[in-house]
Amino acid sequence: MISINSLTKRFGEHVAVDNLSFDVKPGEVLGFLGPNGAGKSTTMKMLTGFLTPDGGSASVCGFDVQTQILQAQQQMGYLPEGAPCYGDMRVKGFLEFIASVRGFSGAEKHKRVARAVEQVELQSVLGQRIETLSKGFKRRVGLAQAILHDPQVLILDEPTDGLDPNQKHHVRHLIQQLAEGSNKIVVISTHILEEVSAVCSRAVIIGRGRLLADGTPEELEARSRYHQAVTLSLSHSVDTQALQQLPGVLAVESLHDGQQLTVLAKPGEVIFPAVGQLAREQQWQVAELSVERGRLDDVFRGLTSGEAA
Amino acid sequence: MSNLGVIFKRELGSYFATPLAYIFIVIFLVLSALFTFDLGGFYTAGQADLNAFFSFHSWLYLFLVPALAMRLWAEERKSGTIELLMTLPVSRTDMVLGKFIAAWVFVGIALLLTFPIVITVNYLGNPDNGAIFTGYIGSWLLAGGYLAIGSCMSAATKNQVIAFILSVVVCFIFIAAGIPMVLDFFSTWAPQWLVDAIASFSFQVRFSALSHGVLELRDLLYFFSLMAGWLFATAIVIDLKKAD
Repeated sequence: MISINSLTKRFGEHVAVDNLSFDVKPGEVLGFLGPNGAGKSTTMKMLTGFLTPDGGSASVCGFDVQTQILQAQQQMGYLPEGAPCYGDMRVKGFLEFIASVRGFSGAEKHKRVARAVEQVELQSVLGQRIETLSKGFKRRVGLAQAILHDPQVLILDEPTDGLDPNQKHHVRHLIQQLAEGSNKIVVISTHILEEVSAVCSRAVIIGRGRLLADGTPEELEARSRYHQAVTLSLSHSVDTQALQQLPGVLAVESLHDGQQLTVLAKPGEVIFPAVGQLAREQQWQVAELSVERGRLDDVFRGLTSGEAA
Repeated sequence: MSNLGVIFKRELGSYFATPLAYIFIVIFLVLSALFTFDLGGFYTAGQADLNAFFSFHSWLYLFLVPALAMRLWAEERKSGTIELLMTLPVSRTDMVLGKFIAAWVFVGIALLLTFPIVITVNYLGNPDNGAIFTGYIGSWLLAGGYLAIGSCMSAATKNQVIAFILSVVVCFIFIAAGIPMVLDFFSTWAPQWLVDAIASFSFQVRFSALSHGVLELRDLLYFFSLMAGWLFATAIVIDLKKAD
């Protein structure tokens, strides 16, 4: 359980986190979204005890991050942004150091290190100096140190930033595995929205340090103007007048000289059957017909660009 | 193992993971030999003691110890690992002391490697080995004082060069407080108690007592409180500047 109450952080005149409050319950994988500079990292740094809040409070598993930070840190695994590790150490030595700090020794220490190494697939680079590793491997070393003690709360600051698509997939898969069927909390900050749809059970969007939206990825997608929109790919252009007159249709957007149409639905309306029927009646040659769930990036832009203006 | 021990072990290991440790030890040994035999006139003095050896240590350390201390915190801040370290369940005291003691033990190792000079002086004459022992203790305490100052300067900046220069300057002030030229300058106008107070802050005055075999509690207290003070300041500076 993480609870954040009116958390505030100022850097000089600039308010990085402004009166932010929300809770995270066990079992949730929280996607923490926001444009660059929205206060995501700052919030995570306060949760993990690196920064001291200027106002409000936060607690992790019941431990206040200001007064009981060491206990809170024992419950947490944290991957800081960019996954900083001691470059002059070798992977194995580094993970053993983290295991010792986490209070493991002897056989238990070796078991923990071996398991983390296996989970993030680091076997091939165990004897290498961390500074000689590729970005993907460095990130995995960072993940390994965060999950080594099987923490109740895992906080990952942009875990897939700068990785190639295969590595991204791997990291996401790992996060899903960690969260699956357990009562753990995973908090991931990101600005990659597909990631949220892929791994998170809940998404929180912040902008300028304030909470803008909070819900499941599906709920947020439903706020999109593309929610329940129907996309048609046609082999010829057609008169869109008939589409616009269908009940429940808000507007029609056309792309590629009218060869691709997106029919937007009014909020709460389902228009797919009507559009399909119209296409059949008019004998349009439809190559593809699909319903959109909504576009998260659209919601994200709508919420955060208003803030930036 | 307590976390102080874990931090200590990692830090000490990290000296030997890079050429730094070996370069430091070699330069330290070469310079101390050079100072002792050439500048110090170890042979021509014709005395069976190590005064020629110890008398240059405060100047030798002035450049070598800040070079060792500059990386203590500045490197962590530069590479971002300070965020990793400070979000691990390690208390501030364990961090500051673990790093400091590792550096201090490292200087101790370098100092112990000067043992051939002890053998030499025992071969040539009958020195007071007790005085040599307190000389070594004094020299090590002196290095600890320099390191604690260097630790605080390193915590104040990301830039190791700046950390180095600041440490040299502050350490120099602590040496200069005891050299006759400075004390003479003060004694022309300042009251005697002030001159005494300034002299009592000096590394030079404290260290020369120890290197001549006088082991006094107040000198030990001086070095330990100096270290404690600067390390305490280190912890405060880290808290203030960690996120910059």
